[in-house]
Amino acid sequence: MNVVLKSDVELSFEHRQSAHCESGVISSLLRHHDVPMSEPMAFGIAAGLGYAYLPFLTFGGLPLFAYRMPPGHVIRGLTRRLGIRMHMQTFRQPDLGMEALDRNLAAGRPVGIQTSAYWLSYFPPDMRFHFNAHNLVVYGRRGDNYLISDPVIDILVECEAEALKKARFTRGVLAPKGMLYYPEYIPPQLDLPRAIRKAILFTTGMMLFVPLPILGIRGIRTVARKIRTLNPKDERHNKLLLGHIVRMQEEIGTGGAGFRFIYAYFLQEAAALLDRPVLAEMAQELTDVGDEWRRFALNAAKMCKDRMSMDYGLLADILMHCADGEERIYRRLRAEMK
Amino acid sequence: MKKHEVPQQNAKAFMGHSKLLYAVDEAGRYVPAPSNGWEAEEIVLDQAIAEYQRLTADAWNRARAGLASPLEYHMYHERMDVVLLSQTTGFFRWRVCRHLKPGVFQKLPAKIRARYAEALGMEAARLDVLPEQP
Repeated sequence: MNVVLKSDVELSFEHRQSAHCESGVISSLLRHHDVPMSEPMAFGIAAGLGYAYLPFLTFGGLPLFAYRMPPGHVIRGLTRRLGIRMHMQTFRQPDLGMEALDRNLAAGRPVGIQTSAYWLSYFPPDMRFHFNAHNLVVYGRRGDNYLISDPVIDILVECEAEALKKARFTRGVLAPKGMLYYPEYIPPQLDLPRAIRKAILFTTGMMLFVPLPILGIRGIRTVARKIRTLNPKDERHNKLLLGHIVRMQEEIGTGGAGFRFIYAYFLQEAAALLDRPVLAEMAQELTDVGDEWRRFALNAAKMCKDRMSMDYGLLADILMHCADGEERIYRRLRAEMK
Repeated sequence: MKKHEVPQQNAKAFMGHSKLLYAVDEAGRYVPAPSNGWEAEEIVLDQAIAEYQRLTADAWNRARAGLASPLEYHMYHERMDVVLLSQTTGFFRWRVCRHLKPGVFQKLPAKIRARYAEALGMEAARLDVLPEQP
């Protein structure tokens, strides 16, 4: 059996389900180290919100649509803005990676790891897809099973060592390379107001001013235009594309509307913390935009299923509306934080 | 979204689990709000899975007819495509395409097969086997 871990280990770890894996893992690791940090606050300070349409990265032959910043951004952004130092380690050899995991458990330290979502045996089969930047916390080992607190799952789960190894060391885009991390140093005083201000400026700047038509608000408008000009003759492909957009939006890592709601929650918390009622007002408006994103998803899905007649113009209009709403909010937030 | 509007449509893909959303309560405060499924998500998930099933069945038929190697079937069966398989194995895309041809695949050395077997999470010996049903 195992050389490092002679007996079973079960560390105490509070499992709290979260909406997004990365912000979920990092906030629960911080809470484990006695830092009161909600998932939305972690997501907000990390400046996790975003939008990107990346036609050159394909996913099953269809372009990538992302409603947040790339994987790794949340952990890096959050810890950098708060002055927290993370221990982050990758491994060339899978066996060494598994040993390091055991050593951390033996030392009484729950750790976050990056995995593929496809090889995790506890995932419902229909929810398994090849996405290499899933994050979870390992808090123990019982026999040949690792005890896992997966932030997107409502209960504690277990995964066989062999499957976990495969999930940690799968290759390809965003290959996890066994990435393992935990907070190494946490400053005694965290300057939240400063971090919040910087983070809001980052997110709004990103969404408003990046001079590329595929990122931020301009990215949303580009996609809206693209949908408006889809060739109606090619309905089979269009349906796949729309379904894919909705799936990227609502499923893969919470998705578009979900991220808007997390960010709105963050703004609400920030409003109280900084005593700036405008932020709470913006939270409300962002909630409305999130609802609009969901309306897009529902309409597009129904059109894919022929429960509604296909109307590219309507979908494009909703997206334009989202873009306008978000632009207004980000400009107002920016003015407030400057 | 209001908390009472959070959809609870019992998606079968969730298998009794629920995912977490955040929604607004009566007083306008954000609170965690689990959802056990939503129509829109279910439709697009079914669509994506049906597409993989279609590709898998096509590949199975082609492999049965000797027009493609079983590798193509296994690739789609593991919800991959040529791009993803190329990224996961580290082979160039054109090489993966070439290996999808039955003649070329049969002559592949064990080392290359092992790479495919690892990427697809199966034993190398099973790469040649086409199941009775797609």
